[in-house]
Amino acid sequence: MQLKNKFLLVGVFVTLLLSSVVSYYASSNPDGLEKVAEEKGFLEDATEHNLGDSPLADYGVSGVTDDRLSVALAGAIGVLLMLGISTLMFRFLARRK
Amino acid sequence: MHAPDGFINAPVSLGTGVISASFLAVALSKARSELDEKAAPMAGLVAAYVFAVQMLNFPVALGTSGHLMGGALAAILIGPWTGMIAVSTVVILQALLFADGGLTALGFNVFNMAIITVIAGWLVFQLLTKVIKGRTGIIAGAFLAALVSVPASAVAFVFQYSIGGTGTLDIADVFVAMFSVHVLIGIGEGLITALTVTAVLALRPDLVFGARGKVQANLEIRESQVR
Repeated sequence: MQLKNKFLLVGVFVTLLLSSVVSYYASSNPDGLEKVAEEKGFLEDATEHNLGDSPLADYGVSGVTDDRLSVALAGAIGVLLMLGISTLMFRFLARRK
Repeated sequence: MHAPDGFINAPVSLGTGVISASFLAVALSKARSELDEKAAPMAGLVAAYVFAVQMLNFPVALGTSGHLMGGALAAILIGPWTGMIAVSTVVILQALLFADGGLTALGFNVFNMAIITVIAGWLVFQLLTKVIKGRTGIIAGAFLAALVSVPASAVAFVFQYSIGGTGTLDIADVFVAMFSVHVLIGIGEGLITALTVTAVLALRPDLVFGARGKVQANLEIRESQVR
């Protein structure tokens, strides 16, 4: 196989490994902004997300009860969507010279 | 760094939205000069990789975590304008599909995570690779660019908050808290960015935009020199 394709395949594999296996072990502590908002007292200003009921909200698939599977699926869906959308977009941009 | 709805008022949200949209319009036209048929799949892969690594919150201090934003990484790997589009696409997808980052906050979230990080990161990278030559410069540049990009993003948020924040807080106080925690997160961002750039540089140096003209590809055929 061509070296370039091999690199891209390995890249996609590593990316899926991160989004769907490693992601389960990610820290669930609040991030920097959320922590500061909590400490300084403006976290309460946050309002509900308009799409908070979406089937992929908070990186889980609604209806999937197993946490590990839920985040794995959500991560894989996100990666494949990003890969598809952005590759098409960048191909289009590259051609439009 | 994904701000929810409600932190910043409508005028400032809208204003930063217009600014972000303007940057992206310029980026869409400028990215064409960075991209070719060969670079397009790499750009797609980098966008997907940034999405994946943004899911990986790492602990930074007591009870606080952070994750890669990826602006500096994307700028170095696929070029600043292409990188700006790639990370913006990630932030937009996160808000629309994963309820991560508010919809009214999208304008400044894109600015803070995909635009200012690319600008700050690319400037630092350019500067450092001029001072330190070759592979070392690229890797050190990647680390420092990514490190600086995170507090830069935090400062941008505090600035927006100082104009349009819905709370009545001591801005200096918020600034110190935001800046210090994001320097810590920046160290993580720097390590992940340097590691990723090192790996791509080892496997396919020709695919690293920021290395063009700085590092020779391993198997380059140079037949035109003898002419």
